[in-house]
Amino acid sequence: MRLYLKFVAMHLQSQMQYKISFFLLALGQFLVSFTALLGVSFMFTRFNAVDGFRFPEVLLCLATVLMAFSLAELFGRGFDHFPRIIRSGELDRMLVRPRPLVPQVLASLIEFSRLGRLVQAILVFCYAIPASGIHWTWDKALTLCLMVLCGSIVFFSLFVIYAAFSFFTIEGLEFMNVFTDGGREFGRYPYSIYGREVLRFFTYVIPLALFQYYPLLYLLGRRTSILYMLMPLLALPFAIPAYAFWRYGLSKYNSTGS
Amino acid sequence: MKPYLAIFRLRFINGLQYRSAALAGMATQFAWGFMEILAFAAFYKANPAAFPMEFSHTVSYIWLQQAFLALFMVWFFEGEIFDSITTGNIAYELARPIDLYGRWFSQTAANRVAKAVLRSLPILLVAALVPAPYRLSLPPAAGQFILFLISVLLSLGVVVSFSMLIYITTVYTLSAAGGRLIAAALADFLAGAIIPLPFFPQPFRAIAEVLPFAAMQNMPLRIYSGNIAGRAALWGIGIQIFWLAVLTLFGRVMMKKALGKVVVQGG
Repeated sequence: MRLYLKFVAMHLQSQMQYKISFFLLALGQFLVSFTALLGVSFMFTRFNAVDGFRFPEVLLCLATVLMAFSLAELFGRGFDHFPRIIRSGELDRMLVRPRPLVPQVLASLIEFSRLGRLVQAILVFCYAIPASGIHWTWDKALTLCLMVLCGSIVFFSLFVIYAAFSFFTIEGLEFMNVFTDGGREFGRYPYSIYGREVLRFFTYVIPLALFQYYPLLYLLGRRTSILYMLMPLLALPFAIPAYAFWRYGLSKYNSTGS
Repeated sequence: MKPYLAIFRLRFINGLQYRSAALAGMATQFAWGFMEILAFAAFYKANPAAFPMEFSHTVSYIWLQQAFLALFMVWFFEGEIFDSITTGNIAYELARPIDLYGRWFSQTAANRVAKAVLRSLPILLVAALVPAPYRLSLPPAAGQFILFLISVLLSLGVVVSFSMLIYITTVYTLSAAGGRLIAAALADFLAGAIIPLPFFPQPFRAIAEVLPFAAMQNMPLRIYSGNIAGRAALWGIGIQIFWLAVLTLFGRVMMKKALGKVVVQGG
């Protein structure tokens, strides 16, 4: 852990050497997700509601997913970057070091410019939390925290799966983007608007809806059962197959030789 | 002209080599397009009267957008060109007896075309076979389809000449990752990559329509379905030609000035 913090400090210091470049990157990250936000708000100048969700309610959803994603990305970018680690042979070097592999991968890349997204998620929360008209009680506040935390663990697990695939394919598997970037992009609306099959898929296969749609219903007071509040916790076991797959991939690893 | 065609051919063949990457890409884009359409369908169901385009037009828009993603998306830059500027390889490029603008232009265009050719047909085929409301419909008339093809070419030209401006600014800034990201995000949004321009609320829509970005994917994708038809389509193509001319001219002037100042990075 101390070593990890040291790496964090190191990355921070090195990225701060090019301050303008850093802020432009952060601004760029901010703008990329800002255009998505702008798209949503443009849609809602025309439509009052989609699938029964009004604009501030959708924003709450958007901010949750954005925050969960950017937290996962901030810490788990090393996994996102993993195919390159394999290709360059860097992984062989990591394996011979007398330290566990996962923290090394995590520490290999931390991009602070990704904070641009996090800042945006916070700003959207600042608007949506009062505007949603929710009467905030402690249990609802707790639900929101659970949504963000469990959400970032789900996204993190997806990054791990993505990395594990690259043990077999060497290249990154572009299709996983549907679940990582796609999960973020499409998660700006509650998953129920995409129809029942999609919702089912994101409930039972890739549990993105468990931290987004169901607890949102609890927040909005449309469901009062405590089960909906605790739904995000049900998404956590997703990390187990993800990790298992990673271990399996690692055991099959052949060096690329470069 | 010949050397540019050779570069184009070489890049094109090179791009065709990565077939499994293309397969994964196709599946991704198909899933992506489908989700996008489902989202628009949900809005349509919520209030069909507020929908500014016909639903089938929107569906065609999205399928074509996904199929030709590589042609239209501004964020698809050539890493190689940025590298040649930052590593100093640009010196070799300058030594070649070939106009650098034309070389970069054809290289960028060829890579985009190679990617799109490989990916577009299967996506379009599947999109034409999915069940009814989500199906890609045929263009309303043959003439409309020809206009669409012309417009696709022009919009590729506009996109590439816009990326040229970004490449050239890298000569001054060297590290352009941030600026690149910003330019691409804004350009793509204003070109209708996130939501089609008709979905923009009024003052924004009017502004977006007169910007050069409207001459990118916005035009061909709407011409295909007949959302922009007849005279309006011809007018639109005229606007595309205008922006293509302006952007290339501007790019060439900028490049001349930039190359006068180019500092070759040693090493």
